[in-house]
Amino acid sequence: MNAGSLANRSERRRAAAEFGLGAHDAPRIGMLAFLCSEAAFFATLIIAYLTYLGQADVGPTPGEILSLGLAGANTVVLLSSSVTLWWASQAMTAGRTRSACSGLIVTILLGSLFLAGTAYEWRELIDARGLTISTNLFGTTYYTLVGCHAFHVTLGVLAMLVLAGLLASRALSAGASRGFELVEWYWHFVDGVWIAVFLVVYVWGR
Amino acid sequence: MAVAEPLAMRTELSDTARLRAWSTTVDHKRIGLLYVGTSLIFLVIGGLEALLIRWQLWAPELRVLGPTQFNQLFTMHGTTMIFFVVMPMLLGFANYLVPLMIGARDMAFPRLNALSYWLYALGGALTHFSFFAGGAPDVGWFAYAPLTEYTFSRGHSTDYWILGLLVSGLGSLFTGINLLTTILALRAPGMNLARMPLFVWMMLVDAILLIFAIPPLTAAQLMLLLDRSLGAHFFDTQAGGSALLWQHLFWFFGHPEVYILALPAFGMISEIVPVFSRKVIFGYESVAAATVTIGVISMGVWAHHMFTVGMSDVLDAIFSGASFLIAVPTGIKMFNWIATLYGGRLRFESPLLFAVGFLAMFVMGGLTGIMLAAVPIDWQVSDSYFVVAHFHYVLFGGSLFAIMAGFFYWFPKASGRRLSERLGRWQFWIMLAGFNLTFGPMHVAGLLGMPRRIYTYSDDRGWTLWNQLATVGALVLGVAFVLFFWNLFVSWRRGAPAGDDPWDAWTLEWATHSPPAPYNFETIPPVHSRRPLWDLKHPQDPDWILPDRAQPEVIA
Repeated sequence: MNAGSLANRSERRRAAAEFGLGAHDAPRIGMLAFLCSEAAFFATLIIAYLTYLGQADVGPTPGEILSLGLAGANTVVLLSSSVTLWWASQAMTAGRTRSACSGLIVTILLGSLFLAGTAYEWRELIDARGLTISTNLFGTTYYTLVGCHAFHVTLGVLAMLVLAGLLASRALSAGASRGFELVEWYWHFVDGVWIAVFLVVYVWGR
Repeated sequence: MAVAEPLAMRTELSDTARLRAWSTTVDHKRIGLLYVGTSLIFLVIGGLEALLIRWQLWAPELRVLGPTQFNQLFTMHGTTMIFFVVMPMLLGFANYLVPLMIGARDMAFPRLNALSYWLYALGGALTHFSFFAGGAPDVGWFAYAPLTEYTFSRGHSTDYWILGLLVSGLGSLFTGINLLTTILALRAPGMNLARMPLFVWMMLVDAILLIFAIPPLTAAQLMLLLDRSLGAHFFDTQAGGSALLWQHLFWFFGHPEVYILALPAFGMISEIVPVFSRKVIFGYESVAAATVTIGVISMGVWAHHMFTVGMSDVLDAIFSGASFLIAVPTGIKMFNWIATLYGGRLRFESPLLFAVGFLAMFVMGGLTGIMLAAVPIDWQVSDSYFVVAHFHYVLFGGSLFAIMAGFFYWFPKASGRRLSERLGRWQFWIMLAGFNLTFGPMHVAGLLGMPRRIYTYSDDRGWTLWNQLATVGALVLGVAFVLFFWNLFVSWRRGAPAGDDPWDAWTLEWATHSPPAPYNFETIPPVHSRRPLWDLKHPQDPDWILPDRAQPEVIA
């Protein structure tokens, strides 16, 4: 930390105090606001899930067909992807482009593995257990909630693919990248939502 | 200050080039105008639908429209006016004004802003396309389940309703994010939160409401879409689904929505009343605080729309109490505005006329609102024309009168020309008369037991007179709107040149040219107080005190 940036920082803090400026920057606020709206969206779906928990008038029920083992493994995969992304972002800030890129690729692989796990789980549920979205209220709420989450994971994977492409082609070099930081926020948020979904659907609701 | 002449720039382009420039624009002023222009088109559509409704109800047992057409018309009237007229109109004003008022170059995310507008336009087009695709939605603007389920609503009209609102809802959500970010991050140096114009304060709270209220609606519409297209059972009462869940989710959006439509109007009034009273707003802090309070409470009153569905007494009491409570901050604002008018040197030009009209009409809507918040009264008059009268006093007498005030006040900024004052006065008095003639009698019809949404009625109910008064009033309102559109049309090209600051106002949008150049401000204006333009105009008597300068003498 050199003196220049320190002076800069105190200058900025002074400006923030006097003018209410400089303390906030637009992309971060925008992303935060977007994540708030996403939280409201998922909260609504979770409320719907809880409202209908145990209300289905025909089977199967969550306890009969949901596999805690598979979901637990999937959870471990997704949570470790947050760790690898954090590691990649540390490398990014430290200016190690290559490490950042490989961290990102590992995260993408873990995210894809999670999606593959979900796909496998759904195939089992649909083919072997006969649970579709129209079978009963459990199917309705389960596929909607887990599906919306998986859709968000897919978007995150796509965003990270773009970042990895930019890093690999040197269009984006290490050092602080706002885009990288915001995708990271999004990814951690989606992971956080999964923790809630996991607890509600697989632990508490089973 | 010599600046490039903005008026000269826009006549040079060919028609195609101009179309291209407008359709690809990311400039907040052009997007604002696109929002306002598009919502004016939908205003004509929604207004004609209302006139057809009033024609059908002119006399008992009329058959101007069939029952199905009538259902379609009241559904489309409500949906259009709320989602495609008032909301985008206010977002358009906010788009145009917020960056100017805080001394910014543009919105924080200009391309997202353009996306918001085009999502809105697409949503409006989708919803209205249903007219040509087998019939318009006919399930009412809040589309209660299970009527919206495929069993009861065949065809695709309800799907168009869902998709149209889903798409335009995303647009509004993005505008909310954009406004919030703009206000928090892009204020000119010196413009701290306590110095922001009150319109900006209201838009800040409005943006937060958009961010938290729209996603639940989006989720609910996704559920409904899944019900209808994939056979899910969210609102399918035959399979254990709950019709009540839709009501909770819809009104969890729906009631903040009322304040999303009201707060920007409050903001406009808070800008216009001080300028035309030649006084600073009375109690700036309390207006801002009341706005935040309204925002918070508005998230907790939704079930007052549902007193008749048979919730528990405890829930009824809680939501009733919260609804009474929200009248307090709203009432505080009323007193702020009245106290600002009191003792002022009032200039009764069109903006103030409409603003005072707003105050009077909104109080009426507020009072019936307090009545409806009392559970027993709500049980008695729920779903009657009393409720129709109430919310038209709030949204038409309130929001739309404020929007009219806003048009007369800010039109010179956007066009460089004034709206005709003479036409404005005529419009105001005709509109005030027509409005009260239309919606006043609905209170009586409602108390006499006339339910809303019936396509006709029999002669022996005693409702005929009140309906005829309302229909005459609707025609009078039509005349007022014709005058308004004529005024807009003529004044845009040939109105009297307004100059940069026609009202001798104090906020930053008047510190630049009319219309402003694409870059808004040549130099970032200095902000030392809540009235930066006053400070510029009166360097000897600014609103702020230099640290090293002696306190100016107090003039008794």
